[in-house]
Amino acid sequence: MKPGRRTLALRYAALTLLAVAFLLPFYVIARNAFSTQAWITAPAWHWLPDAVGVQTLTKVLTDPGIGVLAALGTSAVVSTIQTLGTVVIAMMAGYGMARWSTRAARVVTGLTVFTLMVPTTVTFVPMFVMVSSLGWISTFRGLIVPGLFSAFAAYLFRTAFLGFPADLEDAAAIDGANQWSTFWRIVVPNSLGMVAAVGTITFIGTWNAFLWPLLIAQDPAMRTVQVALSQLMTSQGIRYPEMFTGALIAVAPALVVFGVLQRWLVQGVTQSGLK
Amino acid sequence: MQTAGEHPSHPDAARPVQPDASPTPDATRPAQPVGRRRRPVSTRPGTSLARTRGRWFWVFVSPFLAGLVVFVYIPIAWSLYLSMFDARNTVTPTKFVGIDNYVYLMNDPLFRDSMGTFIVFALVIVPLTFACALGLALLLHRIPRFQAFFRSAFFLPTACSYVVASMVWRMSFFNGARFGLVNTVLRGAGLDPVNWLGGENGWYWLVLVTLRLWLQVGFYMVLFIAGLNAIDPQLHEAASLDGASGRRAFTQITFPLLRPTSVAVAMLLTINAFQAFDEFYNTLNTVRGYPPYARPPLVYVYLISFGEGSQDLGIGSAGTMILTAVILVFGLVQSRVLAIGADR
Repeated sequence: MKPGRRTLALRYAALTLLAVAFLLPFYVIARNAFSTQAWITAPAWHWLPDAVGVQTLTKVLTDPGIGVLAALGTSAVVSTIQTLGTVVIAMMAGYGMARWSTRAARVVTGLTVFTLMVPTTVTFVPMFVMVSSLGWISTFRGLIVPGLFSAFAAYLFRTAFLGFPADLEDAAAIDGANQWSTFWRIVVPNSLGMVAAVGTITFIGTWNAFLWPLLIAQDPAMRTVQVALSQLMTSQGIRYPEMFTGALIAVAPALVVFGVLQRWLVQGVTQSGLK
Repeated sequence: MQTAGEHPSHPDAARPVQPDASPTPDATRPAQPVGRRRRPVSTRPGTSLARTRGRWFWVFVSPFLAGLVVFVYIPIAWSLYLSMFDARNTVTPTKFVGIDNYVYLMNDPLFRDSMGTFIVFALVIVPLTFACALGLALLLHRIPRFQAFFRSAFFLPTACSYVVASMVWRMSFFNGARFGLVNTVLRGAGLDPVNWLGGENGWYWLVLVTLRLWLQVGFYMVLFIAGLNAIDPQLHEAASLDGASGRRAFTQITFPLLRPTSVAVAMLLTINAFQAFDEFYNTLNTVRGYPPYARPPLVYVYLISFGEGSQDLGIGSAGTMILTAVILVFGLVQSRVLAIGADR
């Protein structure tokens, strides 16, 4: 059943309009970042920017009062370590849950599924209580460690490893390799697609995280880029071009990761929805 | 729904297999879709190899398990404890108050309002996102060219943070001043500008709903695309030979076959709406604090636990317990409904 030529033309027209609408917010970020305050707040809406150049960008990156550069550094450290850590920890746990069928393995799977049902955003008060009593407020540990244990990622890996042929592992076992080296030498190299999928989802999620860093980064020097931007929005005397230049800088890494790894992201999203 | 391929080494006769049916009822195992493959069974009980293998299990699982215990289970237990104490500005309270914190919450009109806010929000955002995601997936389905481009355009907002989206919506699209984009359009139509986030007439709902719709719809569209692709095209060909096409083919074939995806999407949307925080906080919070309206449950709990002048972790913990209970009920209903969907 192929769509007819006229309906197809209508569909493309609708799709084009929608695509413009969906991309509009990104354009507006760029327009505001490369305009002057007066141009943005003029009574008439201007579609084109009036100050294309790097002055605002330089100012935002170098002005310690705005603090975007330091926040970018914090975000980069937090997201990178959290992504790597989450993938490694979840991959190992997922493998354990997929390959063992002891009672312990079933208990661990049950705990994982239970955690899956109660999202960590809902339990942010108890998490905060824990982290503050460990003395981890305004530290990298406080920002990173509680986010390393993703039941969601572990469950995705478990599902993936259930479909991984055990024959290869059996062959390695016959050759005398233990479970540990079999896992790292045979299972992991053959599961890089899943690693990319979980890694991409995790990176975008941690880069964009807001509530947890808002609670933990009480010292302004430890703010992530999302928290810094949020505070720019409510601080007085901040100008639109600077604010949106900050937004442009904050959104760029996630867009790059999205662009490069979109295929894996789609795969990860598909599997996560249909777990 | 199950995308993983069949396991080639399904219990074969060549090696001894530990029976999967344990004598005790399997209470730890959640309801899973019926018909899911059993886990490959390969431990050999009683041999030294099995014991070595058992040790390896802990090597793989310990880091994750320790993290879950320390950062999920102990905190929840601690929170249950705190919820029965007067815990203002402290995590080690001494004054036991029993269920007073829960009673306080139940009698607090602001807490009930927050549940009402969630229900209103969910009633709008869930069907709207569902319909738009399905609509986009159908528009893209089997178009001959540029499919990847359009899919990327709709999916791209998923990479944007709620903070950045809030900035665009609050400062540019729905700015209450005359230079806001929507107010510019209104002025062009001869209407007065609207103070979108000021609280009158519930205009802020338009801001919050369009923002979340834009950011999320691509994610669910991807799920629907996967669901549509899983439908055998021959079914549609057979139907069109029988004279069913267009709307009828959709209502009679496509939509019923999409049911597992539809149920999953509806559940995920509801659970995510329950966790809404970022866009509320970032579009509505001002130098003067958070306005009294538009406080969904998470914002309410945040403000009572960490807000200016409040910092009551006892009531915040009680709130967490109530929210956890609510979301657990969602989760259980979800696994039930999904299991029924797979059983069909």
